[in-house]
Amino acid sequence: MKQKEEIVKIINNFLVEEFEIEENKLKPDALLQNDLGLESLDFVDIAVIVEKEFGLKFKGEEMTNVKTLDDLCNYIYNYLKQQ
Amino acid sequence: MNRVVITGIGIYSTIGKNIAEVKDSLYNGKSGIVLDAERKKFGYQSGLTGKIERPQLKGVLERRSRISMPEHAEYAYMSTVEALKAANMSQEYLDNNIVGIIFGNDSSTPPVIEAVDIIREKKNTFSVGSASVFKSMNSSVTMNLSVVFKLKGINFTLSGACASGSHSIGMGYFLIKHGYQDCIICGGSQEINLFCVGSFDALGAFSNRESEPQKASRPFDKNRDGLVPSGGAATVILESYESAVKRGAPILAEVAGYGFSSDGKHLSVPDIDGPVRAINMSVKEAGINPNQIDYINAHATSTPLGDANEAQALDSVFGAYKPLVSSTKSMTGHEMWMAGASEIVYSVIMMQNSFVAQNINFEEPDEVTSKLNIANKRIDKEINMFLSNSFGFGGTNSSLIIKKFK
Repeated sequence: MKQKEEIVKIINNFLVEEFEIEENKLKPDALLQNDLGLESLDFVDIAVIVEKEFGLKFKGEEMTNVKTLDDLCNYIYNYLKQQ
Repeated sequence: MNRVVITGIGIYSTIGKNIAEVKDSLYNGKSGIVLDAERKKFGYQSGLTGKIERPQLKGVLERRSRISMPEHAEYAYMSTVEALKAANMSQEYLDNNIVGIIFGNDSSTPPVIEAVDIIREKKNTFSVGSASVFKSMNSSVTMNLSVVFKLKGINFTLSGACASGSHSIGMGYFLIKHGYQDCIICGGSQEINLFCVGSFDALGAFSNRESEPQKASRPFDKNRDGLVPSGGAATVILESYESAVKRGAPILAEVAGYGFSSDGKHLSVPDIDGPVRAINMSVKEAGINPNQIDYINAHATSTPLGDANEAQALDSVFGAYKPLVSSTKSMTGHEMWMAGASEIVYSVIMMQNSFVAQNINFEEPDEVTSKLNIANKRIDKEINMFLSNSFGFGGTNSSLIIKKFK
């Protein structure tokens, strides 16, 4: 099973590579929308990458609590832990 | 009624990536045609095509814009940036005024194929991601560019087969003439990729002169054997005379008339009567006599019947007065959805620089094309007024008359 650090690394990597977000903005408490500038269309692409990397399909109703970068990593970590 | 003027032109084509390069190619009769081995391997009957490099837009456009643009929208972005600059039209102006956009376009092939391939493989749609729908729609160019340039006026794509680009300028002209808009970014775009003209190639309409790619597109020549598909994008900024003067914009030319018609006959067989009606309508709309036209940029694509029928149509309208005729498709190949707009750009370049580009590869006329005065070499000559024809599948015809601004 992937450790939290590994998940953070993968997520940060695709935010830099795919979404061209500056690395110094990728702090755990960074708000996905307000701080990282992600918008509704970007979440569609994030869902595709997360499914590809972790085999996890987002459930819309659970995503309402995912506000920060750390929330996103925790969401994936907890999902993988339950598998 | 407003006078409608052209205040900016831009081009990204197989014979040059900007106005200066294209002017040089037109002046020197340079061809943009190659033989693409990949097309032959894929199963095309003809591997002949125009060749173009995709612009590098990383660092120029933000990610969302880039990933949502198909190839031909990138070309259209390039030609539009050039045209806006020529028109002295800043982003600040676009932010604070009502400027519209109408582009001719009639396909966006790879994004459709790629999305369906993903859905078939994954058995779900969400894996397609967010950008595919914006790339795959026919209105992709106007959809994307209206957001990139934050346009607030009319915003749609016009699909009229190989007359799309010409009709887009005609529609823009009417909207400004009748006072609905002050300024519209018009143009045409055409994809060039492995998939986009496979079904067109199926008709056997492309030239098979693969041993001499740059001699394959030979409109009006006796030994023509079919068209060569090509592409890119062209932008023509139309503006009311009043708006252009108010802005202190350069006025490059004036749109004098637009004529249109439908053959009402056949999907693919070109007609004579339909084009004649479109040309006559443009002449009437311009309020001129045909003998005021100095140059005709013909639709002629290098197909045996299409060129012959256009020659008949021109002969029937112009008779003994034989204005100079050339088809720039001899150099560019057939730029299809883009052609009607690019050929206005090419002809305005000729008008500005007082020459008629050579109809390259025109070596010998046939019985019908001998009725025309075809420029078999570059001719240095003042052009005060020109006619540009565009015809398309389904028998859609568009004729535009452009004159020097006086």
